[in-house]
Amino acid sequence: MGYEISLLTIMGISVIGALSLNMILGFCGQISLGHAAFLGIGAYTSAMLTKAGIPFLLALPAAMLLSGLIGVIVGFSSLRVRHDFLAITTMGVSFLFTGLVRKQEFLGGEMGIAAIPDPGYGKVGFMLFVFAMAIALTIFSLYIKRSWMGFTFDTVADDEDTATLLGVNVSGYKLMAFALGTAFAGLAGALYAHNVKFIDPESFGFIESITILSMVVIGGTGSVWGVISAAVVLSVFPLWFQFIDDYKLLVYGGLLCAVMLLSPDGISSLVVKLFNKIFKREKVIHVNT
Amino acid sequence: MLTLNNITVDFGGVKAVDNVSFSFQDRELLGLIGPNGAGKTTMMKVITGTVKPTSGSVTLDNTNLNGKAPYLRIRAGIGISQQIVHPFNSMTVLENVTFAAGYIKTNHLFSSLFQTNRTAEKKAAVKLLEILGIADVADAKPENLPLGYIKRLELARALALKPKLLLLDEPLAGLNQSEAEKLSNTLQVLNQQGQNIILIEHNLAEVVRICQRLVVIDNGKKIGEGDPKTVMNDPVVRTAYLGRS
Repeated sequence: MGYEISLLTIMGISVIGALSLNMILGFCGQISLGHAAFLGIGAYTSAMLTKAGIPFLLALPAAMLLSGLIGVIVGFSSLRVRHDFLAITTMGVSFLFTGLVRKQEFLGGEMGIAAIPDPGYGKVGFMLFVFAMAIALTIFSLYIKRSWMGFTFDTVADDEDTATLLGVNVSGYKLMAFALGTAFAGLAGALYAHNVKFIDPESFGFIESITILSMVVIGGTGSVWGVISAAVVLSVFPLWFQFIDDYKLLVYGGLLCAVMLLSPDGISSLVVKLFNKIFKREKVIHVNT
Repeated sequence: MLTLNNITVDFGGVKAVDNVSFSFQDRELLGLIGPNGAGKTTMMKVITGTVKPTSGSVTLDNTNLNGKAPYLRIRAGIGISQQIVHPFNSMTVLENVTFAAGYIKTNHLFSSLFQTNRTAEKKAAVKLLEILGIADVADAKPENLPLGYIKRLELARALALKPKLLLLDEPLAGLNQSEAEKLSNTLQVLNQQGQNIILIEHNLAEVVRICQRLVVIDNGKKIGEGDPKTVMNDPVVRTAYLGRS
């Protein structure tokens, strides 16, 4: 039973991590290849604070705040570069994080931080806490999509130059997406740290960033339910079936390639198309040319 | 209401606009014309701020727009329908216009998070689509529509911003003569209702028919200004525009 609880907790944390990247990439169209760095900032902040005696429930918002603040700073790069160049810049952030943390004695250096304090909820209690956070973030994500902020994110993701010519403060909205997305990444990181009780720089390296990216892309960028589904499957399966875990990167890479080739908008788009084909008759619109 | 003073735009040694000045009076429908490559679209971009002039100034209602970001100029009251259409292809035609109609709700970053209702904006958008004769494709994605429809979508989106001044860059392109005439009539009606319009257009028959005043640009220089008939009979304009006097 303990193993299943641990799996479900990791699944909940993965859902939070994937939804946090979805806010930046899926909602606002800003590619980020260094997202795990923000999980790392949250994890290290919460670990350090709780080890210094700060209560877990205070360390958690502090982790989100610091991740969000650094996220905004990184977000400024999205104001200067776009697309491939932004991808390379954010990839650099990932290496910068691991490179910096590895050399800091007070952060545990290469050895990382061990014996991170337990929040004191028990295994089941902590799992339920993670689930509550994941559900809250799901509701918040769905709400954003309905709000005018989400509507504006859609226009920025679609064509930011045109959004500007409709009076949209594109820079402001991009920074907001980075602030929200990275703050929630900080939450995922902090929860991860208190779940496994040990973190090191490699826990938040480039491969972890690509793992989170895979969840968003395979699920369907922008689709809250698609991303949740992908995060659930991709986080649990490799742990459940050990032989998949051995080939985790191969599986993720293969799935990424397959989705890009067969359904670039992700599995969720494929499901919607199938649903419409089976249950809905497509409306034909006649235009006079 | 709009004044352009000695605008020069130099693209790496090539003068796209050379010391052009003109002003726009309240309630006007002004035609900005000239042959291909004359610098009309560049002038439009100078007004919206997407091209920075090498020298000169743009003022709207006595406010200097120089140095203001494009989105602030739009919020100051400029609406634009671009020559090369840029609809949001991930949205339907109705959603494109609804978004523009909600410009007050997207003005402030934080308050946009707390607003979800789109009813009033949808209603305003439907009305605009009906005025422009494209309500039948409200639920279609723009990528599936002919150019004439997308041109009108661009116009609907610009009008949804309720701009003080509407800049239209070749809105009649892609329309057949009857559609062009119909849209020109709509522009004329909008102008009579108080909408200020600067129209860049190659359909000279329609420009002369609906505009009250013309400004003519050729090779980046202003070569004529005045009422349409006088301007079109000017030998300098005829030579530049038609290749003969």
